[in-house]
Amino acid sequence: MEQKYLKLSGLEPLIITPESNFINVGERTNVAGSRKFLRLINEEKFDEALDIARNQVEGGAQIIDINMDDGLIDGKKAMVNFLNLIAAEPDIVRVPIMIDSSKWEIIEAGLQVVQGKCVVNSISLKEGEEAFIHHATMIKRYGAAVIVMAFDEQGQADSYNRRIEIVERSYDILVNKVNFPPEDIIFDLNIFPVATGMEEHKNNAVDFIEATKWVKKNYPNVNVSGGVSNVSFSFRGNNAVREAMHSVFLYHAIKAGMNIGIVNPNMLEVYDEIPKDLLEYVEDVILNRREDATERLLEFADTVKGTKKEKQLDLSWRELPLQDRITHALVKGLDGFIVEDMEEARQSVAEPVEVIEGHLMTGMNVVGDLFGSGKMFLPQVVKSARVMKKAVAYLTPFIEEEKKAPKSPKENTKIETQTLASSEGGKILLATVKGDVHDIGKNIVGVVLSCNNYEILDLGVMVPPEKIIEAAKKEKVDVIGLSGLITPSLDEMVHLAKEMELQNFKVPLLIGGATTSKAHTAVKIDPEYQNAVVHVHDASKAVTVVGDLLQKDTSEAFKEQLKSDYKKVRKGFYSRTEKKEYMSLTEARENKLKIDWKTTKIPVPKLMGVKVIEKVDLKKVIDYIDWGPFFRVWELKGRYPDILKDKVAGEEASRLFTDAKKMLNRLIKKDLLKAKAVFGIFPANSTEDDIEVYDPKDRNKKINKVVTLRQQVKKTNEKPNLALSDYIAPKESGVNDYIGCFAVTSGFGTEELVREFEADHDDYKSIMIRAIADRLAEALAEFLHQEVRMKFWGYSTEEHLSNEDLIKEKYTGIRPAPGYPASPDHTEKKTIWKLLEVEKNIGIALTENMAMWPAASVSGYYFASQESKYFGVGKIKRDQLEDFAKRKNISVEEAEKWLSPNLA
Amino acid sequence: MSKIEKILKEKILVLDGAMGTMIQQYNFSEEDYRGERFKDFPVSVKGNNDLLSLTQPEAIKEIHRKYLVAGADIIETNTFSATSIAMADYQMEDLAYEMNLESAKLARQVADEFTKAEPDKPRFVAGSMGPTNKTASMSPKVNDPGFRAITFEELKTAYKVQVEGLVDGGADLLLVETVFDTLNAKAALFAIEEVKEEKKVHIPIMVSGTITDASGRTLSGQTAEAFLISVEHIPLLTVGLNCALGAKQLTPYLQVLSDKANFGISAHPNAGLPNAFGEYDETPEIMAAQIKEYLDKNIINIVGGCCGTTPAHIKAIAEVVKDYQPRKFN
Repeated sequence: MEQKYLKLSGLEPLIITPESNFINVGERTNVAGSRKFLRLINEEKFDEALDIARNQVEGGAQIIDINMDDGLIDGKKAMVNFLNLIAAEPDIVRVPIMIDSSKWEIIEAGLQVVQGKCVVNSISLKEGEEAFIHHATMIKRYGAAVIVMAFDEQGQADSYNRRIEIVERSYDILVNKVNFPPEDIIFDLNIFPVATGMEEHKNNAVDFIEATKWVKKNYPNVNVSGGVSNVSFSFRGNNAVREAMHSVFLYHAIKAGMNIGIVNPNMLEVYDEIPKDLLEYVEDVILNRREDATERLLEFADTVKGTKKEKQLDLSWRELPLQDRITHALVKGLDGFIVEDMEEARQSVAEPVEVIEGHLMTGMNVVGDLFGSGKMFLPQVVKSARVMKKAVAYLTPFIEEEKKAPKSPKENTKIETQTLASSEGGKILLATVKGDVHDIGKNIVGVVLSCNNYEILDLGVMVPPEKIIEAAKKEKVDVIGLSGLITPSLDEMVHLAKEMELQNFKVPLLIGGATTSKAHTAVKIDPEYQNAVVHVHDASKAVTVVGDLLQKDTSEAFKEQLKSDYKKVRKGFYSRTEKKEYMSLTEARENKLKIDWKTTKIPVPKLMGVKVIEKVDLKKVIDYIDWGPFFRVWELKGRYPDILKDKVAGEEASRLFTDAKKMLNRLIKKDLLKAKAVFGIFPANSTEDDIEVYDPKDRNKKINKVVTLRQQVKKTNEKPNLALSDYIAPKESGVNDYIGCFAVTSGFGTEELVREFEADHDDYKSIMIRAIADRLAEALAEFLHQEVRMKFWGYSTEEHLSNEDLIKEKYTGIRPAPGYPASPDHTEKKTIWKLLEVEKNIGIALTENMAMWPAASVSGYYFASQESKYFGVGKIKRDQLEDFAKRKNISVEEAEKWLSPNLA
Repeated sequence: MSKIEKILKEKILVLDGAMGTMIQQYNFSEEDYRGERFKDFPVSVKGNNDLLSLTQPEAIKEIHRKYLVAGADIIETNTFSATSIAMADYQMEDLAYEMNLESAKLARQVADEFTKAEPDKPRFVAGSMGPTNKTASMSPKVNDPGFRAITFEELKTAYKVQVEGLVDGGADLLLVETVFDTLNAKAALFAIEEVKEEKKVHIPIMVSGTITDASGRTLSGQTAEAFLISVEHIPLLTVGLNCALGAKQLTPYLQVLSDKANFGISAHPNAGLPNAFGEYDETPEIMAAQIKEYLDKNIINIVGGCCGTTPAHIKAIAEVVKDYQPRKFN
């Protein structure tokens, strides 16, 4: 076959021949890979965005990759706009462009505005042959080369054989069906990490290299590329090792025929300059030459600078200059030497406050940048904050001293002893609203923001609105952030927004917490306050949002954008909700779930009445923990247990998991948390949508009633309009039925521990203990439910379910909780409290907004019916609201307040 | 393989010279341009040379004849600006298809007359496709570099109409010429590919770029080789250069194309560089002498003239060419 070369062009030609050795693609103009670039595109700072492109070309990039795939920007518009701007910059556009998108419409739009011969990044057989052929045909007609990913309908190729299989098939289609020139094809053969500790990853680099050889041997004219930094992923943080790994990998991959790739030139050691011992260990790993290659490299890596494994072994960082040591301690979350270093720093400056403003801020800025660019994870940042707090705590007495005896002109230096940062970034008030006690998320937001130079004024939980207003005025805060988990908190937030408007506040209002949503914020809160209102989905978002709000030159534009954005959400919301059809309450009741009670066997409970468990053995409960939500608290996204092996977050997740288990062991061993439970089983029958509860000893004596709500949305598929009362036999059927209810807590002791950790300035542990207590309460509820099913009610004695099955709710019967979808009315908790005398028996209190205290508590009902399953009541109409008020014997206004999130 | 593809391997073909220069000699008035059909047309159409195919067909045929007599193997249709985009200046967007169709028919008719009379020297019609008056990869606004006066889609749509007219009118090949912005040319090529696919026809394509000055680059900034790489995804009959420069100044860039391209090479330079009055005054003899240099270097397959050239220039070129072998290519 005649040898042909890949030819590309910008304003100048780029011909890739064997002598070119390796073509380096610049990748900083990628919104997915560079937060800075994303920000610049978002803020339309195109001059600076162009500078990034220019710097890459000047830095030696021979092709520049441009990617605008981000959920929040109009990718097609951004791609076209940026390419048009680049076209006017001869020093950038002299090199060819790589149009990078996962969306065909963006790729095609890009191809239509570039005069030179580009590279499309990428296409694959992922969506089948038809799309593949169409895209390839079009790319050929537009005159571009193409990256073909080793990916097909079954997924990404991760073995030698799969790579060959996909390459063969792709090549055949491209060359024989589409007539695509082989030299214009670039196969991306997927570079995966090695030395992950997992057996199946050991041969990843070898597979890539061997597959590359195969491709070049069989299709000499095609090109091979890949993203090189992937290979060293497990050594993040140890650049010396990573650089060596990149060079070794490239050395062998290039020899095998790889000729294009994305490599950060700063992350590349010269092959010949790699120390001999390191080279040997790295080559062992890359080429999978020995069984213990990974272990040996890990061990050796500790001796190479910048290592992060087993800190007690490596104290080489202690040799660094003072500032570097402080930064290192902050980034790595090491508090062992911080007092020592603070003392040294204090003596090196005129006034102790300079250490905070100088040394510590420099370090925290590094942490902020790393977190912002996704190079640090939340648990690590929280550990950084712990070091920071300890440092500040050490310095505070000296600063106080200085204040008392002012001898320098810098008299008005002020430093908040309760907070980490100087307020140069801005002052942010955080509070969990009135009646709500949930604060894990709020605390995390506080830590993350304080790591980014903001001063945090945390008012705690159950904060009444007047206190928030007063503190905001007195402290002249720049932003107010409200948090809440239970639904009534949503109304508190609306109320506060109104109050802020009334009092002529100007500062932005942040909304966060599990029940909050962008839609609710847009529909209910935003219209009440003329200034900025932002829903903050998670803590990592908080940093960028606050940054955008407070940055002087962008804040106005950002606020305007927000307002129009929320207006759009509002419009979308209304247009969506208007489409739903509802039936009248009478109609809905006629369409209730019809159970044939005559043929239904209702098991008689073995136990009747209330049972209190003063002290639950937590050891029995541990196995019932659902760890999934625990990782979500820490914003590590992924399913448990897969998250522990996740390519990106796995390492951090595993560390967190180890820490959590360690703490859990300590809690149990030292008996630090007191878990308590109370439950009861009562005779019951339904009357319409109510459930009458009778005296356990006398079925004729009504002692209370559970008021349930019924779905009113019009059902299309003959499904019933459910209410919980449908699961209980109606009074008129004459059948004896039963209902149970329960309340559990694992929260007693949490506060003491939190106080202990906070005294030690350890946010990491104080968040950890709350998150664990929450998990334990849920686990306890799960455990108790099983005990009730199998022993106390005893309708399900043959149950053998794994924890996974429990989490998936594969058992008979449900335990819905007031305030949740099947039973959205929070006030029903009062009924449970009365029936079980919860507060008296186990001490859980209810706040005025029906939050449980301690926060790590769960309560609910038990339904045993085989038909019972979880559902959402959804929206209800006015007729049901009025009927509900009558049944509850409260005013319609009050009913409205409690059910406002559910009103259609 | 079409007839011209075969002949091109055997001999150097001569392209005709300037159409505009010849039309000028007729000194047509506004009325002449309008003819009977457009006598009440709301805007002035004087200067709309492509319109003359409809209103003064005999003059156009006469010009074609003069070039064929001079020895041209290929004549270009009078359609350089016959796209809806360029015709917008005269509010004649809707006439684009008809202009191309009629122009191709005129050229076809005259070429066939000559082929019939002299079967050993078959004559060919090249459908001329100019760059339009808008650029797809440059902004006309100094202060707004991201702005574009035209999009790829708009260009493609307009070119498609032109190609259909030319093909329906009987053109043997298409000449995408005076490419000052490669993106415009890519849109033209895209349109041609679509028409080829839809009509299931094979039609050879010539692409000819324009190097604007001694920088050696197109107006949109590409070097000759980058230009070549940007258009060679389409199998071309020839790639070449025309306009802006005289034969002498084109030589180094033609050399580049000749070295790098797997297609035939074409050139139709201006009659030298414009003088102080904007006129081209290189004589046929001087121009032919310059072109002899291409021949000595063996870098050419098709050669003709652009601005300022006349049947006399073409005659002189045809004289030199006939003693030389064509450049070899795949």
